[in-house]
Amino acid sequence: MSETRVGHLRVTFTVMIALLFAITPLPASIEPARPGLLLLLVIYWSLSAPRIAGLTFAWLCGLAMDLLTGVVLGQHALAFLVVGFLTHKFQLRMRVFPIWHQTLTVFMLLALHQFLVFWIDGVVGQPITTWARWIPVLTGAMFWPALVAVLDAWNRRSR
Amino acid sequence: MVTLSSDTRPIIGRGPPLGASFFFLALLAVTVMVLDHRSSYLQTARLWLGAAANPLYAVVQAPFDAWDWLTESFRDRSRLRAENARLTDELRQARVQLLSFAALREENRRLRQVREASRDIAARTLVAEIIRVDVDPFRHRVRLNKGAADGVFRGQPILDAFGIVGQIMQVDQYSSLAILVTDAEHAVPVLVNRNGLRTIASGSGDLDRLTLPFVTLEADIEIGDLLVSSGLDGVFPAGYPVGRISRVQRDPAETFAAVEAEPLAQLDRDREVLLVWVDQPPDTPAERPGEPEASSQPAQADAPSQPRPAQSTAGPTETEAP
Repeated sequence: MSETRVGHLRVTFTVMIALLFAITPLPASIEPARPGLLLLLVIYWSLSAPRIAGLTFAWLCGLAMDLLTGVVLGQHALAFLVVGFLTHKFQLRMRVFPIWHQTLTVFMLLALHQFLVFWIDGVVGQPITTWARWIPVLTGAMFWPALVAVLDAWNRRSR
Repeated sequence: MVTLSSDTRPIIGRGPPLGASFFFLALLAVTVMVLDHRSSYLQTARLWLGAAANPLYAVVQAPFDAWDWLTESFRDRSRLRAENARLTDELRQARVQLLSFAALREENRRLRQVREASRDIAARTLVAEIIRVDVDPFRHRVRLNKGAADGVFRGQPILDAFGIVGQIMQVDQYSSLAILVTDAEHAVPVLVNRNGLRTIASGSGDLDRLTLPFVTLEADIEIGDLLVSSGLDGVFPAGYPVGRISRVQRDPAETFAAVEAEPLAQLDRDREVLLVWVDQPPDTPAERPGEPEASSQPAQADAPSQPRPAQSTAGPTETEAP
C-alpha cells in the first residue's frame, strides 16, 4: 500500500518538475528546441506505473499544459490522451523493446502529438507553420534514453 | 524498465476498459475545446484553473527576482547618482513639454467639441510586470502579473512608454496572457500621422517588424512615417504611436505595395507595461460593427471590420486550416 503512495509522490514530483521546465525562460536561440518533458513523463509513467498513471493522468497533464501555454483548453489534453492511450495499448510490448527501438517508438508518439497539436491549431485558426515546431519531437526523442536511465535508477534505488 | 506498481488484482474487473475511458476522455476534451473556443462558458473555470498555475510562475520567477534584488542592492553609488541626474533631467524636459501639452489638449478638446467628434481617452492605467516565463516559442505572447482580481479584462490595450505593446488575450484570476502587436495573428488599425491615411498594421512574427499588407501602390506613404492607432477597432485608444515605416517597396506588377514598419514599443526589452482602461465617451457608438468580436477575438476580428482605403477583397489575417 505504501509503495503505491510512494509511487504517487514520485509521479507528482516529476510532473511538477516537468511543468516548471515547460515555462522556465530559455535563451531565444534554443527555446524552440525545448523538449516536451511532461509528455515524455506521461509515456514513461504509463509504461512503468500504469496503475498510477492512467489515461486520466495523461489528460490532466495535457490540461495543465493548455493552461500554461494559453492555447484553447483541451488541445494538449486530447493530444496527451491519444499518446497515453497508445502507450497503454502497447505497454507490454514497449517495455521489453531495446532502448533504441523504444526511442524510435517514442519519436513516433511525439510526432503524433505534435501533429495533433498542429492540426488543432489549424482548426482553431491559429496555425504555426514554421518547420521549427517539429524540433521538439527530435530533441524529445533524444532526451528519452537519458530520462529512462535517470528515472529507472531512481526507482530501482529507492525501492 | 523498472515497474513501480505491480498490480496484484485479477485481470477481470479492473475498472473501465481502456477503449471506453479513452473514448470518454477524448469526448470530454473535444467538448471542452468547442466550449472554450466558441463561447465563454468556461471563463470562470479558466479564471480559477489559471490561478492554480500561479505558484508555478512564482517558483520560476523567484531566482530572477532574487538576482534583481541582489544587483539592485549592490549597485554602486556613482551609478545611482548618474542615473538620478539623468532621470531628473528627463523629468524636467518632460515637464516643459507638458506645459505646452496642457494648453494644446484644451485647445484640441474645444476644437473637437466644435466638430462634435469624440475620441477615446485613456482614463486609468495600471503598471503590470511581465512574468519571466516562456509561453510559446512560436508566438509573441507574454504573461503579466495582473489578472481579473485587478480588473483586467479581455481585449484590454497595453502600452509602454514608447507605444502600443499589444492587448490582453486571456485573463486568469491573478495573471493574464497578452498578445503583442508583432504576433502573426494580431492586427492594429492605424493611420499615417502625416496625412491620415488609414490602413492596418499586422504582426509579422518578427519582434522588430510589422507588415502593412493593404497599402495601394499610389498611396502616399514614405519611410519614416509615424503610424498611430486609429481607434477604429474599439480596442486601442486612438492616437497612440504604433510604429515607424521602415520599408516601402512598390512593384508595379502587384496590387499593393510591400510596406513594413518597425514597432515603437520596446517589445523585447520591456519588463513593465501599462494596462489602460479606456473611457469611452458616452456618445461613442457602442454598436460599431465588429466591435464585440474585436474584443472577444483579438486576432482576426480586428481587421476585417475596418474601412480601408484599399479596395481589397481578401481578409488581412485570414488563416486557413491545414
